[in-house]
Amino acid sequence: MDSLIQNFFNLEIYAQVFPHLLNGLWTTIWLAALVIPLGAAAGLALALGLTQSRRRWVRWSLIGYIDFFRAFPPLVLLILVYFGGPFLGLELGKVAAVALAFVLNNASYYAEVFRAGLEGVAKGQMEAARSTGLTRAQAIRHVVIPQAVRNVLPDLVGNSIEIVKLTSIASVVAMPELLRAARDAQSLVYNPSPVMLAAFMYLALLWPLTRWLGRLEHRRVRR
Amino acid sequence: MTPDSGFLFTFFNAEVARQYWPVIATGALVTVGVGVAVVITGTLLGLLLAIVRSLGLRALALPIIAFADIMRSLPPLVVLIVLYFGLPALGLPLSAFAVTWLSLSLVLAAYAEESIWAGISAVPPGQLEAARSTGLRWPQAMRLVVLPQALRRALPPLTNRVISITKNTALGSVVALNEILNNAQGASSHAGNPTPLMMAAGAYLVVFLPLVVFSRWLEQRWQQR
Repeated sequence: MDSLIQNFFNLEIYAQVFPHLLNGLWTTIWLAALVIPLGAAAGLALALGLTQSRRRWVRWSLIGYIDFFRAFPPLVLLILVYFGGPFLGLELGKVAAVALAFVLNNASYYAEVFRAGLEGVAKGQMEAARSTGLTRAQAIRHVVIPQAVRNVLPDLVGNSIEIVKLTSIASVVAMPELLRAARDAQSLVYNPSPVMLAAFMYLALLWPLTRWLGRLEHRRVRR
Repeated sequence: MTPDSGFLFTFFNAEVARQYWPVIATGALVTVGVGVAVVITGTLLGLLLAIVRSLGLRALALPIIAFADIMRSLPPLVVLIVLYFGLPALGLPLSAFAVTWLSLSLVLAAYAEESIWAGISAVPPGQLEAARSTGLRWPQAMRLVVLPQALRRALPPLTNRVISITKNTALGSVVALNEILNNAQGASSHAGNPTPLMMAAGAYLVVFLPLVVFSRWLEQRWQQR
């Protein structure tokens, strides 16, 4: 029991490393705030191409792109971009490499979510919008997309939570986010308590969101 | 451009590939091994938890909900690292394989429990009551009437989850599990050439692309009904 407290719940160490981990938490948050909108925008663009394009080869190549990145572990992608880039003469900064890998990966997931949402909007909506004189682009923007987003809101939230969690793998390329901060602190104090504290901080950040997501999903089931 | 600086020489070097392919292949076996083990224990544990939760006893349901919430809120890499450094402190030093297996199983179990439980609650209560009224006992009614319907509903979201969590076996490289990524990184730095990383990328596609295509097919077939 003593060993458990000493190694996991060492309050003295918690107090000592808390400011450092708080910095890490901020990095986690702004990294997510950078990657989520980019991934969602790219995903929406992919999904629009997938559902609106009349050319078969466009649709098939988009599906190919999406499946390729869904089959690829994000950590492998990150390491390829980060360590492979310099061999191509591509010296990306840490943030740029991480953002590129995450957006490539997550655009595919967002695309699948948006596709389901777009496909769920009845055809008549588009036709009715067109008949009022809106152009196709206007109809998509003002009539189809808002309904599609509402259809799949829980999945969009769920995917965004996954991205916040995903930022933890940036620790592998020494991005100073929450997990990296905790690992650094761990090697400094030679005790795994900081990692446990980081886990509590992830919970404080994400448990409310997970609960909220549960409520959103529940509401959808009942509708 | 000299051959030494060429793109092909750097990323698709046949010499390096010939030298290191057995290392990547061994890694692929470990990746598939951990992946299969995680899928089996994770889904079975999730199924068990969902069934226990559907008994409707608060004392049993609350810890299950808390477990599922916590495991779904924590990044899998954090779970992995906490267990990797934590278990030895509890006198349970596990191998990298066992820790990766355990962590990802717990994460998958949480998601599986949620999907299956959602499936169970979507089956109208009348189904269970009707089954009981024909003389089936609760476990029989659950197994023969409720679960088949619940699992059919849970299957598409569960398949996607299974794929994204088995892909996380790559996280094992962080605790030096000798799977594809770890072996490729070792080979890469040994050779001073990123070709092994490209081979690893290829190996992941060989393992996971069929699963992704299968899940797409499954989802479409499911929608048509």
